[in-house]
Amino acid sequence: MASTNDRVALPAKVYAFGMHHSAGMIADLSRRAYEYRAQVLRMVYGRKSGHIGGAFSIAEILCCLYFHQMRVDPARAELPDRDRLVFSKGHACAMLYTVLAHRGYFPVEELETFRALNSRLQGHPEPAKTPGIEAAAGPLGHGVAIGAGMALAARMEKSKRRTYVVLGDGELNSGVIWEGAMVAAKYGLDNLTVIVDYNGVQQTGTTQQIMPTEPIAAKWASFNWHVIEIHGHSVAEILTALDTAHEMHGRPVVIIARTTKGKGVSFMENSPAWHGGVPTNEQFQEALAELEEEARQWSA
Amino acid sequence: MERLILNPPPGVTLMRKAYGEALVELGHTREDVVVLSADVQSSDFSCMFEAAFPERFINVGIAEPALVDVAVGLANGGKVPIANTFGFLFATRALEMVRTHLAFSGANVKLAAAYAGLSDSFDGPTHQTIADLAILRSLPNMTVVVPADARAVGMLLPQVAAWNGPVYFRLCRNELPDIFGEDYQPEIGKAVMLMPGQDATIIACGVMVGIALEAARRLAQEGIHARVVEIHTIKPLDTEMVVHCARETGALVTAEEHSIVGGLGGAVAECLGESYPVPLERVGVRDTFTESGPYEDLLRKYGLSSDAIVDATRRAMARKPSAAPIEVQSMCG
Repeated sequence: MASTNDRVALPAKVYAFGMHHSAGMIADLSRRAYEYRAQVLRMVYGRKSGHIGGAFSIAEILCCLYFHQMRVDPARAELPDRDRLVFSKGHACAMLYTVLAHRGYFPVEELETFRALNSRLQGHPEPAKTPGIEAAAGPLGHGVAIGAGMALAARMEKSKRRTYVVLGDGELNSGVIWEGAMVAAKYGLDNLTVIVDYNGVQQTGTTQQIMPTEPIAAKWASFNWHVIEIHGHSVAEILTALDTAHEMHGRPVVIIARTTKGKGVSFMENSPAWHGGVPTNEQFQEALAELEEEARQWSA
Repeated sequence: MERLILNPPPGVTLMRKAYGEALVELGHTREDVVVLSADVQSSDFSCMFEAAFPERFINVGIAEPALVDVAVGLANGGKVPIANTFGFLFATRALEMVRTHLAFSGANVKLAAAYAGLSDSFDGPTHQTIADLAILRSLPNMTVVVPADARAVGMLLPQVAAWNGPVYFRLCRNELPDIFGEDYQPEIGKAVMLMPGQDATIIACGVMVGIALEAARRLAQEGIHARVVEIHTIKPLDTEMVVHCARETGALVTAEEHSIVGGLGGAVAECLGESYPVPLERVGVRDTFTESGPYEDLLRKYGLSSDAIVDATRRAMARKPSAAPIEVQSMCG
């Protein structure tokens, strides 16, 4: 455990907004995504509680947002013109906490207190307790409407700050998502980017079984959003999509990121069992080995 | 105390019009105020703000959960959002948004709850709002304010906007008597003694304040001197005033345009039970759904009348340990 901690000593390098997406940058962010998965694995295994599957599917997306795209400063976390991120799929917060810690919002060592009594790292995000958290989440479906409110506030102040919303695909079951989508489209909120972590699996089965999501792109398009579809574990595609969203005028943008729930661990991938499952010691060791191997491959 | 209340009330004012005017006034003094509606701005008169400040008005459509969530996002950006829809919709349909983002995470959003109590009288029990005080009051960090006349709306709304944290501001749809005089200076969290008296205390909020004053005047003609206290802030409750009145008068009556379950009467009962038990009678809707009809008739039919307060006061006084035993049955339950 200690060796990996050493390797991801804080704060991690930030690739300034606007800079060229070099091969080295892409490899570095891809490698970190696997290191952070290993961190999340340790957190959930250590506490015997948490959500691994949806945390693993969102790793590259959060890395791209926090280490390149978003103009934020942990030292001035309350700066009015900071970019905002609403992490609507709150159950996957172990990954968000890991990324925030490595971005410098709080000590990496604190991640070990995840879900423990007296910890700042609650089971689901709580803005008053955790630096860098903009909105409470856990009850699903709030992200788009809250993000729309944030984007409206930015527009009223003529601020260039941007609002990002990370949604789970299971959240699309919830009606208020579409209420928020209509508000954002009505006001043409081109300073709002929603990213759907489309891993296709929710708590008790696939989205296809539980509440079919398709045609997902056509749904958003029919709500007057600009739709971008990408491979959600490709750092290069994520970075390009975020740039495209940034250039959009007159309409909000949704990035449908096709991802894999439990990404990076063979026996966890695409399985509802790993929505909230806790690994045994044997599974923990096996998963850790797979993630470290993936990280090594990006280090070459 | 004389100029606290106008006796008799010189006229009536449409409370929602007073609210619309107060909202526009607030818009002039505070640039950070943003007003949202779930497409009922022509009902609650927040359309007056829309006309004056179109760039600070947002209509989210008939979507109360989004109404609250969009306001949460605006508050994150430093705005002071005032979200407008019917009270029952905040207390029921949008309750999860209110609980998670306003009460739990402290979003600085103000809820202007229109058409509360029985005031949407003809629209009937689907629209009447008789459980909101109980629901909102049960949420940690929530502040609940109920103005009693047009003057109170104008004086309390700026305080609601300036209050640090979420507030539920409960408004009546209809014309209400102008109760308060120029000495009335309400302050969120502080009860106001409107009429002195040593025999019992009538604690009222909203439309019931004027009716409580009428009841107290009738009791005075019989030689019973009931004190009248306005509690416009249901939460945080001015427990000091409640206990003070219990100690000095030994019997309390609450009167509210709400169910007797969990509202002003519930809050006062909790306070008395823990701190200074004395006989308490609650005037309110007696745990039943109501019906369509003219407002004043509805109030009377469901026991929100000066008759009901007079009777309740007699019952409470008869239950004082010092009282001579008489045949009065409690209406508890």
